[in-house]
Amino acid sequence: MAPLLRIVDLHKRFGALEVLSGISIDVARGEKVSIIGPSGSGKTTLLRCINYLEKPSAGHIYIDGKLIGEAERNGGYVHLSDRELAKERQEIGFVFQRFNLFPHLTALDNVTIAPRKVLGLPREEAEARGREMLTKVGLGHKIGEYPERLSGGQQQRVAIARVLAMQPKLMLFDEATSALDPELIGEVLRVMRQLAEEGRTMVIVTHEIQFAGEVSDRVVFMDGGKIVEQGPPREVLLKPQQPRTREFLKHIQDR
Amino acid sequence: MYFLNVLEAKGWYFLTTLLGGWPETAGVAAASLVFALIVGLFIALLRLSRWRLLRFPAVAYVEFFRGTPALVQLFVIYFGLPDTGFQPSPLQAAIVGLGLNGAAYLSEIYRAGIESIHRGQLEASLSLGMTPASAMRYIILPQAIRTMLPPITNFAIVLLKDTAIIFAVGVVEIMALARNLVTETLQSAVVYLIAGAIYLCMTIPMARFAARLERAKRAWQ
Amino acid sequence: MLQLPQIYAENIRRWLPELLHFALTTLLIAALSFVVAVFIGLVLALMRTSRSPVSGGVAAGYIEVCRGLPIVVLLYIVYFAPPQLLPDIGWKWFTTLAGAVLGLGIHGGAILAEVFRSGIEALHKGQREAALSLGMTPAKATAYIILPQAARIVLPPVGNYAIGLLKDTSLCSLIGANELMNDAKSIAFADYQPMAVFVLVAGIYFAMSYPLSLCVRYMEARMRHGRS
Repeated sequence: MAPLLRIVDLHKRFGALEVLSGISIDVARGEKVSIIGPSGSGKTTLLRCINYLEKPSAGHIYIDGKLIGEAERNGGYVHLSDRELAKERQEIGFVFQRFNLFPHLTALDNVTIAPRKVLGLPREEAEARGREMLTKVGLGHKIGEYPERLSGGQQQRVAIARVLAMQPKLMLFDEATSALDPELIGEVLRVMRQLAEEGRTMVIVTHEIQFAGEVSDRVVFMDGGKIVEQGPPREVLLKPQQPRTREFLKHIQDR
Repeated sequence: MYFLNVLEAKGWYFLTTLLGGWPETAGVAAASLVFALIVGLFIALLRLSRWRLLRFPAVAYVEFFRGTPALVQLFVIYFGLPDTGFQPSPLQAAIVGLGLNGAAYLSEIYRAGIESIHRGQLEASLSLGMTPASAMRYIILPQAIRTMLPPITNFAIVLLKDTAIIFAVGVVEIMALARNLVTETLQSAVVYLIAGAIYLCMTIPMARFAARLERAKRAWQ
Repeated sequence: MLQLPQIYAENIRRWLPELLHFALTTLLIAALSFVVAVFIGLVLALMRTSRSPVSGGVAAGYIEVCRGLPIVVLLYIVYFAPPQLLPDIGWKWFTTLAGAVLGLGIHGGAILAEVFRSGIEALHKGQREAALSLGMTPAKATAYIILPQAARIVLPPVGNYAIGLLKDTSLCSLIGANELMNDAKSIAFADYQPMAVFVLVAGIYFAMSYPLSLCVRYMEARMRHGRS
């Protein structure tokens, strides 16, 4: 079967700086891939390229065998506009480091606005779905609250529910717990673990090495815009082959 | 075009005539700025005082002068005061009127500036054994002044533009000369556009300077 | 000055109704200019944030010029220049009221353009990204996520502008508009009571602007609490 996500020779330059230098990776349906690495390694940029929040400088991305973010025109490839990308983004869920909840909407409205305005679901159906997702992340009792009244961990869980309500094929997590106080990280990781057990396809950029090891089918170590090493967690994390991987993991453990 | 012909033929004459009013414009702006800076500081200190008896008049002052048009204030001073026996000259009325009006705005700028300095600065100074007065003088005010410089510069620009109304109380400045010129020559378009250009030559550089100050202040923070 | 209470007692029944009538004219001028200014301000803000350098440049130039000119000068230019430049067109419809509304609106548009622009830019970039990530088109993102929040941010400065506008209508008296200030002058000089009349008129302006400024302060206070 074709992989759910295929990235072919992805490059991204910001001005003179090359942040991604030829990334190629496949993610199978139901696979959970964690991406670890030092700051500046390009992990977040890679994730943002997948749902085209950043436009790649070169390379192609395929979801379910279909080329996304670009169209073939006049013999070459042309990036799609945000308006054209909207349809493709419906199938990709993105969880931000800083949650990015909509402060003028309640938790329930945050979760239902996209199903209603993008998918066109009627209000009752959207709200039923919304309530289900919020209960799933453990916030069924907070549906009427505004984001400012919620803790960081609760806000991130609402953000996850918001993504789930769109029923995406692929879920991307951009350092979902990095902006949280330590005692709030656990509740978010618990939700992510639950989603993993349900068989969802997830790409997780994270600093939580232990979590990555527990939940992933594959761990990818990135540095300097390249994939240095990848494999099952017990290999990459416990018996790293590359010196840079070993150095990074040792540095993390020392902290 | 007719407009361009007039501009070419009489433009220079109009310009030099109007510039004759520049000393009054700049003079009133400068004098009322100084007036407002001093009175405004006084009002701000009253506003920040511990005693309600001192705070209340300051609040009333600010609300009144900010809640009524400057033109009315000028008229009260120039046309109204003679009732009480004191006849101000047009220049006096303009400077005092714009000065009192400006003091209300500046007092709020002062207050915001002083309050913006983090309480911790005051606590640190007091802990080191400084009196509140020394703390104010050596620690709070120097920092506050840096914060207040951009809004004060912006206010100076506003004050300069406000001088354009003082012809209504008889001051012979740029706009007064412009109106006379138009009465003489009927060339309202050219004359008023030249007058406008004169003001722009003053306000635009000042505005750019104020923007640069604002950027510097943000970098410093 | 100590005779003020007596002066008012004698004359207020004659003065007040007339002054209040012209206060309504003042409010009308302010309201119409406000509408013009909001419209021009929105257009300018969109031009400023557009990707075309021509649009952006024209808007920036307009804004810098209109903010650098004293309002009086702008009023004089707007009211007196066109009829003189193009005498062949019939200008009978261009009353002082029309000139006042146009002049104040043109000036206000420049002020509001900057208010609108910083309101939109104040929003964290992440809001737009979250909306787009959920599959919204840029149009939907703007309508449901950006604009509602921007409107809330923009309300206090717009309110402050409205208060200033109310006071600035007094400047229209200088081009001969028939509003409160002009009426005050005629009464004051007709009855030889400048102090009493002008103080009264100051009170009327204050009565119009103070409630508005209380509203704005209430909105500003609410904004400080209701943010995330």
